[in-house]
Amino acid sequence: MSENGLLTVAGLSKLFPVKKRTYSLRVRNFIHAVDGLSFSVERGEVFGLVGESGCGKTTTGKLIVKLLDPTAGAVLLGGENTASIRRGKPLRAFRRRVQMIFQDPYESLNPRFTVFDTVAEPLVVQNRHSVAERERAVAEILVAVGLAPPETFMFRFPHELSGGQRQRVSIARAMVIHPDFVAADEPTSMLDVSIRAGIMELLLGLRADLGVSYLYITHDLAVARYMCNRIGVMYLGKIVELGPAEEVVQNSLHPYTQALIASVPVPDPTYHRQPGEIKGDVAAPIDPPARCRFYPRCPRGDKQCEEVSHPPLDELQPGHFVACYKASAQSRG
Amino acid sequence: MTDRTPAQYAITPLWKMRLRLLARTSRQNWSLFWESRIGPVGLLIIGLFLLAMVAHPILISTVWEPRVYDPVMGFDRALIGRHPAPPSWSHPLGTDPIGRDVLSQLMWSARSAFALGVTAAVISVVIGTLIGAVCAYFGGVVDVVFMRLADLVMLFPFIALLMVLRSVLPLTLIRLALILGALSGLGGITIVLKSQALTVKVKPYIEAARVAGGGSWHIIRRHIIPNIMPLTFLYMMFNVTAAIFTEAVLSFFGFLDIRMSWGVMINTAQQAGYLGAFGHYWWLWAPAGAAITLLCFAFYLVGRGLDAVVNPRLRRR
Amino acid sequence: MALLTVQDLTMHYRTKLGGVHAVDGVSFAMAEGEAIGLVGESGCGKTSVAMALLRLLPDNAQILGGEILFEGRDLVKLSEHEMRKVRWRSISMVFQAAMNSLNPVYRVGQQIIEAIQQHLSVSEREARSRVAEHYNLVGLDPKLMDRYPHEYSGGMKQRAVIAMALACSPKLIIADEPTTALDVIVQDRILRRINEVRAEFNMAMMYISHDIAVIAEVAERIGVMYAGWIVEMADTVSVFKHPAHPYTIALMSAFPSIKGDKRVLAQLPGEPPNLLAPPSGCRFHPRCPHATAECVDEAPRLEEIDKGHFVSCWHPQRRSQ
Repeated sequence: MSENGLLTVAGLSKLFPVKKRTYSLRVRNFIHAVDGLSFSVERGEVFGLVGESGCGKTTTGKLIVKLLDPTAGAVLLGGENTASIRRGKPLRAFRRRVQMIFQDPYESLNPRFTVFDTVAEPLVVQNRHSVAERERAVAEILVAVGLAPPETFMFRFPHELSGGQRQRVSIARAMVIHPDFVAADEPTSMLDVSIRAGIMELLLGLRADLGVSYLYITHDLAVARYMCNRIGVMYLGKIVELGPAEEVVQNSLHPYTQALIASVPVPDPTYHRQPGEIKGDVAAPIDPPARCRFYPRCPRGDKQCEEVSHPPLDELQPGHFVACYKASAQSRG
Repeated sequence: MTDRTPAQYAITPLWKMRLRLLARTSRQNWSLFWESRIGPVGLLIIGLFLLAMVAHPILISTVWEPRVYDPVMGFDRALIGRHPAPPSWSHPLGTDPIGRDVLSQLMWSARSAFALGVTAAVISVVIGTLIGAVCAYFGGVVDVVFMRLADLVMLFPFIALLMVLRSVLPLTLIRLALILGALSGLGGITIVLKSQALTVKVKPYIEAARVAGGGSWHIIRRHIIPNIMPLTFLYMMFNVTAAIFTEAVLSFFGFLDIRMSWGVMINTAQQAGYLGAFGHYWWLWAPAGAAITLLCFAFYLVGRGLDAVVNPRLRRR
Repeated sequence: MALLTVQDLTMHYRTKLGGVHAVDGVSFAMAEGEAIGLVGESGCGKTSVAMALLRLLPDNAQILGGEILFEGRDLVKLSEHEMRKVRWRSISMVFQAAMNSLNPVYRVGQQIIEAIQQHLSVSEREARSRVAEHYNLVGLDPKLMDRYPHEYSGGMKQRAVIAMALACSPKLIIADEPTTALDVIVQDRILRRINEVRAEFNMAMMYISHDIAVIAEVAERIGVMYAGWIVEMADTVSVFKHPAHPYTIALMSAFPSIKGDKRVLAQLPGEPPNLLAPPSGCRFHPRCPHATAECVDEAPRLEEIDKGHFVSCWHPQRRSQ
């Protein structure tokens, strides 16, 4: 992995405590939501995190934007560890560089805020602009996200906007202070089909115009393929495969990625998919054993996989990393 | 895109737009309140009481001779020996056992009822909103401390407390308002408003505000409090009712150092032994009782009307 | 003979602001054992059509016209009492939120047994063995019957609900986004099960979804809905290979796919219309790249442009391959 990325995640872990028995105070178990994650995002890159619900992709996003504090590991922004940033000025400076776009366009806007209030909030909090500058910045970003002319939108309330327009407001709020890095958590999954493409194109356009990098979190491999330069596939808190988007989708090496791809319906009635080989259901990662996380469901797993610890990400092809003993063995032998 | 520069977009000044928006939302809310039907009825009754309150000093300074009609010190010599006198032209609601005009007392007491009810309600709601929002947002020790305090306050025999307090310092109207406000603010209201604040706290827009760089106080002030405000107003209305009621009960038992109020009026009748003969001497207790009931009822109706505005579930379609 | 014929169905919702034209002049027919897909965006009326078929409409909905002939009977005219016999027994349904409709305090199997006994006069034992049979069908272990809903995962609950819908061997099953809330791997398994079960029992199915990829896999014929209208209806291959309505074409190319070359996604300008005051003429004209004066003035009718291929458009796009 490259060392000079804009944002580097190194050994990032987040454990959430679960009380097992109602009346016990001490005996605590932990959900390993994110477990030793490492990757880096280059300047101007769209890095996709793909996985099913509960795989830890949203938690990773929240760790990166410091909505949550990691249990272990670090997030480096431009080489600087963000863990020491706690409050006050350094935190505000961090917020100027790292922003987030949320999934739900209905709940992520305060119903009592006008579009202007919402979009201007980062500027108000940062308190580095005059009122006139704020107005100007808001008007500019509203035009940039396609809410033009801005004066017709500025003083509307969320309930007076459609889902697509709300998501544009949400994007404007994230972009108004020109961040370097934006974590986008399923920004299109709750939108209608005919609106989605527009939002995706908008995000890609803003990347070109403003030079932001994205962490694009999605459950939809097809969307990830369309949006991202590189994709990391997550399973129960671990990245199991990481590589260029086309590589991961067309030439996946990890059995989980393969099963995931085999399960995606194809909008072509003449195409017949082969069923995926995966067994069973996802279990919550409560104090999981050291072995490969995917082992209980893996069609290829054998005794070796059961006995050794979770496989490391191995660079099997240039830039294409896979965490699977079997895939590694296959490519070597 | 057009060729105008963005600076030219905002033509109307910001404050003007905000005023316009405020006017529009108030209009919408008023029409919802109006459609609730019971809300405006409550408002009308409150209006009548306010009218009585305003009319009293005017009447005293024009047609009502203060020596006769003063609600506390007045005495009608013309009817000596016949007090409490039944309603007549000069005393539309009769006089009380010590010769004071009942209507004058009734009108004058509206002022203390309002003062008490509104003060107590405002205090309780301000305390409740702040503590509720802070507890919900921070959780942890702060939350535990205030919630246990709330439990304590709710279980506390506060009538006994008032009686003890009274032996130390006289319970005037304002002190009573402060105590009632503080008790209900620290007690039940806090718990209700905290649970509402908790539902606001988990909304994604709170996370969005944090990512925007907002600190804790910014989020509490700009996001949480405005979103529990509607419920706050609702509880304020119900609290006015509670405060007026409590005052009446305490006055009736003579626990308060208040010279005149609706509760005191009934207490006077009782002290003089006129409550036993229920059907006779009705003017000694019925007008005051009706006033208490009616005003409480009115605030309750306004509260229910506000409920229709605040509660989206009650206003589908 | 058609199992179900919907003729000119029109349904509006009364609201404070006026009537919402949710379903306008919708007509289609289904043969026995046929699988029809209804695609469209939220608010296009696809769920309203399903609810009208089952007569499970909210109080403010009015069926203003048209008929729904099911096995020769007009469902619009049936009394609520008669309708109750049709529901579950002849037409059953699975909703997106159905998995939340299981009562948390009863065992899942017991809930299905009770549903069966309400409609068929069978003994408890018979009903039980029937449920076990259907559990196997949808790929659930019959042992799970005696568990409570909270012990089921989302996918298992949705399967149990499907088993419940199948329990009375209905002629027609209406599935409204049954897999939308589920992960792809679980969705894939359920879709495969649905296809197998349907083929085995020759059951007709109306599958409603916003996801054309899912529809492509389950439906034999597709109706594309927009703003309360069916704008195009044809067999699945025709709709995908030779879409004729500009909206269908846009919909087809708005989805990214994991197969084939990466291509630029089509963007539709604007937003779906407000059905309180739908646009004049063709409801798609404000967003349509081919709109002319004719489209603004007059509403097109559903016409057959090819055998079995119906389009409601003044300028249907001919095969351009």
